[in-house]
Amino acid sequence: MNNVSTKITHLTWRQRHHSTIRAVRLYARTFARNGSAMFGLFLVMLIVITAIIAPWIVPYPEDAIGAVHMDLKLMPPSWDHWFGTDEVGNDVFTRVIMGTRITLQIACTVTGVAILIGVPLGMIAVYTGGYTQEVIMRITDIFLGVPGLILAIAIVGALGPGIINAMLALSLVWWPGYVRLVQAKTLSIKNDIYVQAAQSMGAKRLRIVFIHILPNCSSPIIVKASMDMGMSILGAASLGFLGLGAQPPEPEWGSMISIARNYLPDWWWYSFFPGLAIFLTVMGFNLLGDGLRDILDPRHRE
Amino acid sequence: MLDINDLKVHFDTSKPLKRKTIVKAVNGINLSLAKGDALGLVGESGSGKSTIGKAILHLVPITSGSIKIDGFETNPLNRKTERELRRRAQMIFQDPHSALNPRLPILRSVAEPLVLHADLRGSELRAKVAELLETVGLPSQFLYRYPHELSGGQKQRVCIARAIALNPELLILDEPTSALDVSVQAQILEFLKELQTKFSLSFLFISHDLSVIRHLCNRVAVMYLGEIVEEGLTTDIFHSPKHPYTQALLNAVPFPQAKQPHREAPLTGDIPSPVDLPTGCNFYTRCPKMMKGTCETTSPILSELSESQKVACHLHS
Repeated sequence: MNNVSTKITHLTWRQRHHSTIRAVRLYARTFARNGSAMFGLFLVMLIVITAIIAPWIVPYPEDAIGAVHMDLKLMPPSWDHWFGTDEVGNDVFTRVIMGTRITLQIACTVTGVAILIGVPLGMIAVYTGGYTQEVIMRITDIFLGVPGLILAIAIVGALGPGIINAMLALSLVWWPGYVRLVQAKTLSIKNDIYVQAAQSMGAKRLRIVFIHILPNCSSPIIVKASMDMGMSILGAASLGFLGLGAQPPEPEWGSMISIARNYLPDWWWYSFFPGLAIFLTVMGFNLLGDGLRDILDPRHRE
Repeated sequence: MLDINDLKVHFDTSKPLKRKTIVKAVNGINLSLAKGDALGLVGESGSGKSTIGKAILHLVPITSGSIKIDGFETNPLNRKTERELRRRAQMIFQDPHSALNPRLPILRSVAEPLVLHADLRGSELRAKVAELLETVGLPSQFLYRYPHELSGGQKQRVCIARAIALNPELLILDEPTSALDVSVQAQILEFLKELQTKFSLSFLFISHDLSVIRHLCNRVAVMYLGEIVEEGLTTDIFHSPKHPYTQALLNAVPFPQAKQPHREAPLTGDIPSPVDLPTGCNFYTRCPKMMKGTCETTSPILSELSESQKVACHLHS
């Protein structure tokens, strides 16, 4: 016994975590071999880094909060203004770069709130069963049946336009997907033998949920979250475009395009660059999500 | 040590607005198991043998009946009896590949019962788990491995280590070798046998593999459709099976030589649905020795034939 315990303490950190290290390496290699996933990761990294350092790299920081330079209005792209200027002479490049911050903030909040509401509800549904489950799942069905964006428009319409209300509305329509996902996954894991084994050893519900069920349904949650980051950016931009999200002069991509479409096609750069930003961001998150699914869910591996 | 009295496990599978359907998986069973005994539970798929194992540990809801372990009643289960039950009885499952949480290293899987009942922590816990692994013949490097890195036999050893962590008195083995390679099966069976004598465990061995039961168990109970049709010492049952169903089961065991001994015709048809049990004797629909007028009307009672053998058949009453 003494002999045994000394043997274990003599294992180095590397030896103890051998399996984890190997698994991470395998994941990294599988992911690295997937070109589109790497491109998605690159785009997402680019956007995240841009958002972090945005205030320090933009050439005209005051343009992001609504300065007015009427002498510079609607200038085409040039060395001074890479993406041109808008109708009040603000640098479009500055506004697009600063827009990454708002966009990521919305995406993270909406996805985060949706997970925080959806995952517990899904688990509670399975573990209480009976009427509670019926009520939770039927409400979820109702939410899933109504087109998300329409409902969000209605909610913002009732609460009044604004970035906080837009986030709130999007969060409120985003959680049902997670309830469905977690409920289905929990339902199948609950009947797995290792959960029965834990029960037979006297593990309580909370322990079973947190140690045995949650870690085993984390993969689809991560994949869905990554996809939803992109989709909620699209949702936020749509609300902004309709004038229900961020209000000008806030540099939000959707609201920028909303104004810029009046200047099409002659002053194309004004709407083109925010649109390109939305396109690349959403594509980045989607490709990343696809890549994550490939490594986290081996059934989809080719 | 283990006393089961008139145990019934019925599942209500009725759908709303449809006819009531109740699956009688276990329908009035009496079993007793002495300390150090190994009782084999045999029967074809759907006979309810696994349900008995799960019912003892309350993994399925029990409809009625009494289950006593060491004299204390575990049905109904409350906080105190549950703790006692979980400490004294453990189960080993059929498929070791899915009996271990894929996200936990072996250390944490084996440590689970110790954390729940023995309150061990840190290095003490690690040392105890390493000791358990050594008992089942695995090196302590396995502590930090994940289930997918182990072979089937190794996983089953890990499951055994987990099951014996709290020194239980009763081990329920639900076809512990049927998911393993034949060579590994033999190893695991030998090991289980050693374990049983070493810790004087009581085994409830659930299997459809008669040769395994013959090798490991000193008593056998044969199940058919949720009831025990014959029970007795292994030697008696294997040498002179009395119930036609037991005879058919023994007749179906394949022999490894080319020249096969003369056999009775095998049973035809499937086991009837446990929703609509046959009238009279459960087995009359497939019984080669069915007696018209008796078997389909009255159900036979499990009665003592000799001191060590009981049978439920009209031929022997």
